[in-house]
Amino acid sequence: MATLSLDKVSKRFGETEVLHGIDLEIADQEFVVFVGPSGCGKSTLLRLIAGLEPISGGTLRVNDADMTRVPPARRDIAMVFQSYALYPHMDVYENMAFGVRILGLTKDEIDGRVHEAARMLQLEPLLKRKPRELSGGQRQRVAIGRAITRKPKVFLLDEPLSNLDAALRSQVRLEIARLHREIGGTMIYVTHDQIEAMTLADKIVVMNEGRIEQVGSPRELYETPANAFVGTFIGSPKMTLVTARREGRRFSLSDGGAIEADAPADAKGDVMLGMRPDALTLTRDRTAEGFEAETVYTEYLGNEAYAYVRLADGTMAAVAVPPNEDYGPDEPVRVQARSGMLHFFDPESGRRLRHGSLADERGDFNRVEQARR
Amino acid sequence: MTAVDASRNAAARERSGLGVFTQDALLQIFLIANTFIMLFPILVMVLNGFKTNAEIFSSPFALPNFQNLSNFEAIATGTSFVRYLFNSVLVTGLSIGFILILGTMAAYAIARYAFRGSGLLLLFFIAGLTVPLKLAIIPLFILMRDLGLLDTQFSLICVYTAMGLPSTVFIMTGFIRTLPRDLEDAARMDGASEFKIMRSVILPLARPAMVIAAIQNLVPIWNDFFFPLVFIQTESLKTLPQGLTTFMGEYNTNWGVLFAGLTLAAAPITLVYIVLSRQFINGMTSGAVK
Ligand SMILES: Nc1ncnc2c1ncn2[C@@H]1O[C@H](COP(=O)(O)OP(=O)(O)OP(=O)(O)O)[C@@H](O)[C@H]1O
Ligand SMILES: [Mg+2]
Repeated sequence: MATLSLDKVSKRFGETEVLHGIDLEIADQEFVVFVGPSGCGKSTLLRLIAGLEPISGGTLRVNDADMTRVPPARRDIAMVFQSYALYPHMDVYENMAFGVRILGLTKDEIDGRVHEAARMLQLEPLLKRKPRELSGGQRQRVAIGRAITRKPKVFLLDEPLSNLDAALRSQVRLEIARLHREIGGTMIYVTHDQIEAMTLADKIVVMNEGRIEQVGSPRELYETPANAFVGTFIGSPKMTLVTARREGRRFSLSDGGAIEADAPADAKGDVMLGMRPDALTLTRDRTAEGFEAETVYTEYLGNEAYAYVRLADGTMAAVAVPPNEDYGPDEPVRVQARSGMLHFFDPESGRRLRHGSLADERGDFNRVEQARR
Repeated sequence: MTAVDASRNAAARERSGLGVFTQDALLQIFLIANTFIMLFPILVMVLNGFKTNAEIFSSPFALPNFQNLSNFEAIATGTSFVRYLFNSVLVTGLSIGFILILGTMAAYAIARYAFRGSGLLLLFFIAGLTVPLKLAIIPLFILMRDLGLLDTQFSLICVYTAMGLPSTVFIMTGFIRTLPRDLEDAARMDGASEFKIMRSVILPLARPAMVIAAIQNLVPIWNDFFFPLVFIQTESLKTLPQGLTTFMGEYNTNWGVLFAGLTLAAAPITLVYIVLSRQFINGMTSGAVK
């Protein structure tokens, strides 16, 4: 049982503030994933929660108990490091038993816990090996095993899979999901990998430059990004952003054609359009309505294909195309939008503009405000 | 690869092989010669330990009769050799112990905790490397006298510890800085206290560096003649190098007994040295912290 609550948590290293007032609520048993570009402060936030770095401002509560100044040993939190950080001079058994020993359990209990974890992670044949005699995936499992033997309230994982190859990564990813179901516990997981974030998370926290941009389920983030940053950060290939001039239902690029779309009520004058690859279609018919563009290259992935085109204002846009259609380079084309699949952002602030009725808008707006706060 | 390529490569390999061979051979010859030069005096010392005075003067380099253990018997029964040996082991052992404990603790603090003046502290220790302690013998003597430590083994231990700390702190700080910080953080998350981290994580990993520090302090301390000569008067407190001089009489010296004594004095330190070097090499090859 553990809920976490961060209230205006900030972190300074000397003069530079790297986290600016983070507010975040994490429910019991929740699987939360932090994503964000490199250097945005994900690891730092995790280390603050762990207690490995002192918090410069704000409060951290675990189960309503103030943990802001409590040393890591008494927070009942376990952490899995990107570098695994296994003790090189101890064998697998000792690595996993180290923390439990400190809890002061009896020999039998220690033995029971280590074997339970080893069985769960299929480490039983390896208990007598030293870390250097293990493969990357095995080391990773030992690192996870070391975290679970202490039965902590909260697990922190900092890019735990980034040193593994692709095949192993998806396998260990599944194991982590299974572990979370089996042992429960609140998990906070840092990753660069969108697939990990989307598949594992109950809740994704998108961070940028020491701030939280949006908190929400994978679906919410993908379908209703709160701003242009989240829109481009979640989803692959990336969402294309162009600033277009609005005239009724028409959105036009200067000298670059126009598309038609249902626009949100508060979109005025210039609007930033967010276009995911699957919201766009290509046609070779140069008389058709749409943005004028030239193909640059296509990415063929078997079951899907993406054409990259250059719009009149120089923006590169990714467009999902049927895999059986071939586009050569430098073909003049028209880009059209599927109705209802575009995102609209304020060109200045990047904030999402809303569809639909005024009441809906208010509701949406409040949710987003809450997430931002 | 084409045939031409292959033959050209083979030729190149042969040429460089020959070069490497002559280079290797020269190196080997040099090393063997060096070994011989180093070992020869030691060999003479050991051999002459089995000879009488007369034999030593008539044929210093000849092989002795190894059954003749009278010199060793004389040492065991007629001198305080065993007492000196015990004193040397005590002083050297305690000094090395203090050097390693204090040096490692200081190095850990300097390497890992950010505190005001940590850089200055390291400089202070390193400055100790530049001061030859023997130059300070008179103030040291006065200090020991005022502290009432003259003519105790503790005076030696203090001086040796002070002598060994600078290089040890220097070596250990450098080494501990190379250990990944994540290991300590992991131990912290496992609930370990700072002392437990030091003892269970840092110390075992720092062992190769501690062995280096021990090796490089061991021989000078064991062999030191100067400080015992100045500080120690009591016969029963003397260390080996100092004690062995009593074997040299003013008018006649029993060289056989002296050589036997030297052999016995050098034996333990040589053994320890060999064991430690092996430890050290093991540590180097199996280190692989990542
Ligand atoms: N000990 C430190 N001293 C000074 N600045 C630091 C320190 N640790 C981190 N920073 C700074 O804090 C910012 C956030 O770093 P952090 O490691 O949290 O990023 P991250 O989001 O985990 O990045 P990545 O995805 O590359 O791991 C960076 O700008 C970094 O330079
Ligand atoms: Mg990081």
